[in-house]
Amino acid sequence: MTGSGGRVRVRGLPVGDHALLLEVDTGEAALALHAELLRRAEARTLPAVREIVPAARTVLLDGVADPRRLAAEVARWDIPPPAGGYGATVEIAVRYDGPDLADVAELWGVAPHEVARIHAAAEFRVAFCGFAPGFGYLTGLPEHHHVPRRATPRTRVPAGSVALAGPYTGVYPRSSPGGWQLIGTTDAVLWDTARTPATLLAPGTRVRFVPERPIPEPPSQQPLPAQQPARKEAST
Amino acid sequence: MTDSAFAVVRAGALTTVQDLGRVGHAHLGVPRSGALDEPALRLANRLVGNPDGAAALETTLTGCAVRLRRGATVAVTGAPCPVTVDGRPAAWGAPVRVRSGALVEVAAATHGVRSYLAFGGGVEAEQVLGSRSTDLLSGLGPPPLADGAMLRLGAPYGPAPAVDAAPCPGPPRELVLPVALGPRDDWFTARALRTLATGEFRVSAASNRIGLRTEGPSLERARDGELPSEGMVLGALQVPPDGRPVLFLADHPTTGGYPVVGVVPEGRLAAAAQAVPGTAVRFAPRRAR
Repeated sequence: MTGSGGRVRVRGLPVGDHALLLEVDTGEAALALHAELLRRAEARTLPAVREIVPAARTVLLDGVADPRRLAAEVARWDIPPPAGGYGATVEIAVRYDGPDLADVAELWGVAPHEVARIHAAAEFRVAFCGFAPGFGYLTGLPEHHHVPRRATPRTRVPAGSVALAGPYTGVYPRSSPGGWQLIGTTDAVLWDTARTPATLLAPGTRVRFVPERPIPEPPSQQPLPAQQPARKEAST
Repeated sequence: MTDSAFAVVRAGALTTVQDLGRVGHAHLGVPRSGALDEPALRLANRLVGNPDGAAALETTLTGCAVRLRRGATVAVTGAPCPVTVDGRPAAWGAPVRVRSGALVEVAAATHGVRSYLAFGGGVEAEQVLGSRSTDLLSGLGPPPLADGAMLRLGAPYGPAPAVDAAPCPGPPRELVLPVALGPRDDWFTARALRTLATGEFRVSAASNRIGLRTEGPSLERARDGELPSEGMVLGALQVPPDGRPVLFLADHPTTGGYPVVGVVPEGRLAAAAQAVPGTAVRFAPRRAR
């Protein structure tokens, strides 16, 4: 599943004596490989592993008895393209009021309110988690909307900040230092260990960001596309 | 105040509650955490009649002191240190029966970094994702101990075994760490890999539960650019842009974007966790099996 829809080529890299890093060429292929690994783990046709950790172009298998043998086996798999994701789409209500909204608008070459419209129109998937418990790296923005990190990271990013960096959108589960571009704020609880599951965003989850307030449309603009009439009802 | 409570009289530089950690949540960004010197935790628990995975206190260099409100069996393992009960010397590395109201003191380590103070019944902190461990990277589990804080003991599991003392290996003067190369050894020059094998490194004072940082030669990269974030294992030897390897310990981040030149086997991490700043470190790279 390179972009052309070809077969997923998986390379196995050694990680000590009891882990294996499976590397593929694209983020899409990593999603497909991760989904296949979860399917086989559930069907108990995958040898016992302690952790399955997806990331940008890789899936790490930790706690593997015989990594070489497993690598050889995975190389023979026929991996189907990723399905639509797991479970229902998680909707995250956002106020597009972040301090970097104007900077992102400039990078995208659009007006600030257009950032909200473009971001809320995209369909996201949790590619992987990391950085902090409950922090998901969400893909879904087209390449021309990818943005660099801020030149100087902030020492404190408030919990609930919706932020962009590289190809990813993320939501800070708790206040922490961070260098991503902040475009909005949510009251959604990303991580709560008293809840099962603790995380709102597990790898593979589909996500949409829903503006809390209707986005003002300048008179010269076309009305909102027909597929987004639910916005007003979704705002509370 | 129930009699299972105990008071922190002196918290020390950094004392945390640790068990065997949280396994199976790395894909959500949750570090494994748990005792850095796992064999020492297991031994302390066995000495007081607990299952290996019961929670105990992990101290850092300067020890700690607690006052019990019920009688208990305690044991101190890990970094060797003087142990006293109500000011009187008590055994290190052996079960010690203490009465209700006793002041148990773990003094500064004579060598090594982390001592373990286990109690019959274990430390009864709330479990988060199956573990009572304090995770300093993500803030899960109970906070580090503070002077005056109250903690609780669990119900004893049964009589402590009849052991006088158990042998504990002392921390080595020089840390020799085998390194299975990969997954990203190809990000480094041949000279960097020779430097890894022959260079004289030292444990940096900036080391913590997240990683053992090194001082010494820096490893030169064979390529520029960024590595897309990938999963990290316990024992990963990650090389940040300054070229000085960082050995990932229990509270390490679950994903990272700096290349991992190799991996130190888990069985050697206890020695790494006991190496004081300034200790000489040698790496012994080999191809992964």
